[in-house]
Amino acid sequence: MATVSLKKLVKRYGTVEVVHGIDLDVRDREFVALVGPSGCGKSTTLRMIAGLEDISDGALEIGGKVVNDLPPRARNISMVFQSYALYPHMTVRENMGFSLKIAKRPQKEIDERVEAAADILELKPLLERRPSQLSGGQRQRVAMGRAIVRQPEVFLFDEPLSNLDAKLRTQMRTEIKKLHSKVQSTIIYVTHDQVEAMTLSDRIVIMRDGHIEQVGMPDEVFRFPATRFVAGFIGSPPMNLDEAVVDDGKLVFASGDSLPLPAQFHERVTVGQKVVFGLRPDDIYPTGHGLSSADTTDIHQLDLPVSITEPLGNETLVFVGFNKRDWVSRMLNPKPLAAGEKIAMSLDLSQAHLFSAETGRTLRG
Amino acid sequence: MKLRLPAPILLLLPAIIVLVAVIVLPLLLSFYSSFTPFRLTRPETLWTFIGLRNYINVLSNWDFWVAFGRTILLLTIALNAEMFLGLGLAMLVNKATHGQRLLRTLMMFPMMFSPVLVGFQFKFMFNDNIGLVNNALQSLGLTDQAIPWLINGNLALFSIIVAEVWSSTSVFAILILAGLLAMPQEPVEAARVDGCTPWQTFRYVTWPFIMPFAFIAMTIRSLDVARAYDIVKIMTDGGPAGRTELLWTLVGRTAYSDARMGVANAMAYVSIVLSILFTVYFFRKLAAARQQIGAEW
Ligand SMILES: Nc1ncnc2c1ncn2[C@@H]1O[C@H](COP(=O)(O)OP(=O)(O)OP(=O)(O)O)[C@@H](O)[C@H]1O
Ligand SMILES: [Mg+2]
Repeated sequence: MATVSLKKLVKRYGTVEVVHGIDLDVRDREFVALVGPSGCGKSTTLRMIAGLEDISDGALEIGGKVVNDLPPRARNISMVFQSYALYPHMTVRENMGFSLKIAKRPQKEIDERVEAAADILELKPLLERRPSQLSGGQRQRVAMGRAIVRQPEVFLFDEPLSNLDAKLRTQMRTEIKKLHSKVQSTIIYVTHDQVEAMTLSDRIVIMRDGHIEQVGMPDEVFRFPATRFVAGFIGSPPMNLDEAVVDDGKLVFASGDSLPLPAQFHERVTVGQKVVFGLRPDDIYPTGHGLSSADTTDIHQLDLPVSITEPLGNETLVFVGFNKRDWVSRMLNPKPLAAGEKIAMSLDLSQAHLFSAETGRTLRG
Repeated sequence: MKLRLPAPILLLLPAIIVLVAVIVLPLLLSFYSSFTPFRLTRPETLWTFIGLRNYINVLSNWDFWVAFGRTILLLTIALNAEMFLGLGLAMLVNKATHGQRLLRTLMMFPMMFSPVLVGFQFKFMFNDNIGLVNNALQSLGLTDQAIPWLINGNLALFSIIVAEVWSSTSVFAILILAGLLAMPQEPVEAARVDGCTPWQTFRYVTWPFIMPFAFIAMTIRSLDVARAYDIVKIMTDGGPAGRTELLWTLVGRTAYSDARMGVANAMAYVSIVLSILFTVYFFRKLAAARQQIGAEW
């Protein structure tokens, strides 16, 4: 059983507090992704769990036991570092088998486990090389292999794929997913790539400035972002967000452009309230070129000028001018559009989000 | 036609002339004189060529080999002691969170003393009547005798080693500290997560990293100790009864007290071979250690 519980966990460097009392319960065998912008405290949190950073305040439990004061070696974890952290003076084989050697396992078992991990990660031909003779991606895989070989209760990954090229990254993503179903360990995975977080994890933890903004399943944080920050952070291209003021049955934007107040929010806002309106690119599309997945739709039609287009092959991102800004929309079955052309747009307001302009929290309730 | 030297050579000429005058000529002269029975008191002997006779003399001279062996003994003990102490010091200073700069400066202090002063200082400290060491031992009640530090042959060599170690441990400490500071922290952290105790982390990760730095210090210090002269000259002058005679004190005595310059030069050249061997040995080790950690320098 390897649950991991963070109870009001605080990290201070001198007088500067960088993690502000976060709470999180990771279930046994769960895959949890920590995401957030650079400098929000993801690595710091992970390093506290690993035991590489002292915990300034709060409690950390692994398997129901408080481990605040245990050294890393007593926590039965393994960690893949952002910068590989391989042992430069050891071969790939020695790197991967090092933890088992320290644990005084028989040589035969070490060899078997290293070979097995090397198989999964396609490292077989590189086993006798030193890290300096490997490419970045190969080093990354060795770092991964070193973690796998240990068969720990908890895996900690700190942006393990950040240095790989796009193709290898996709490939390794699949490997990690397979690995998780195979090893049945608890995994805490730090990344700032939300695609990784969405595709890999059971639950996503979105962090910002040392706070947790939202914890939820990928689908949940995508469909029901709890704050304006999460709304803008999750999803690619990001959600269109703009400030507006509630008027009688409509939302008035700064430039005077307006939209009807989405029905689901009628009861939740008052006239004169400042809000942030949000709409995903999937829910605003050139009429006839979109696809609303929701059961109920609430389409609002509008003519908007095209500013630029970004063709991606099977779809095109169309930037249209609204409230003097470019709103991004996703156009399926694309057809060529000219800049400046006014086109009919469909906005599915049943999928719209409203956040309080003051607190940034959702008004969905 | 006037002979015109190319500009680079012309510009370097002053330096070349100085170097030739102060280094190359004396070197050649001393090398030549090692093949003559040259005595300072009889300058004309410089012109008698006697082939390898001096070298044969030196190599079959028991005193020379004793001094040679003693130098190696001193070198081995001093270098190992300095290595361990320097490593310990460097690790401690590396751990210090405050005032590391000050500590680093303090650590260099012994290096700022001229070896002659170090010699006098320890000669005084180890003096059997008025020395600090005996005084301290007696005050602490550890002994009530005046231990003859510089008078007993073995103790005298020990005292010299203490002086050497005191004055030069910082060479190791500084170089190893440089290694520790330059060392990436991630492998150490990886080792901790991989289950290493602090000792295992040091043994398997930290040590391989700082080994090249230790070898550099070893090279420097082996050259230093192999030509140890000043401290010994001041503290015991090779005594008592030649029990602390080292290679270079022997060379010095032969050259100036006995005035047998030719023989002394032959001894010196044989000793230099020793230094070269040490240098080659440690550089080999250094290259291997660097390759091991995949160093990029
Ligand atoms: N030793 C330190 N002393 C002071 N502040 C630190 C220290 N280490 C990290 N910080 C601060 O803590 C904050 C969180 O850092 P952390 O490394 O956890 O960010 P991160 O979320 O992992 O970012 P990235 O995605 O760039 O890796 C940052 O603002 C950083 O400046
Ligand atoms: Mg980080």
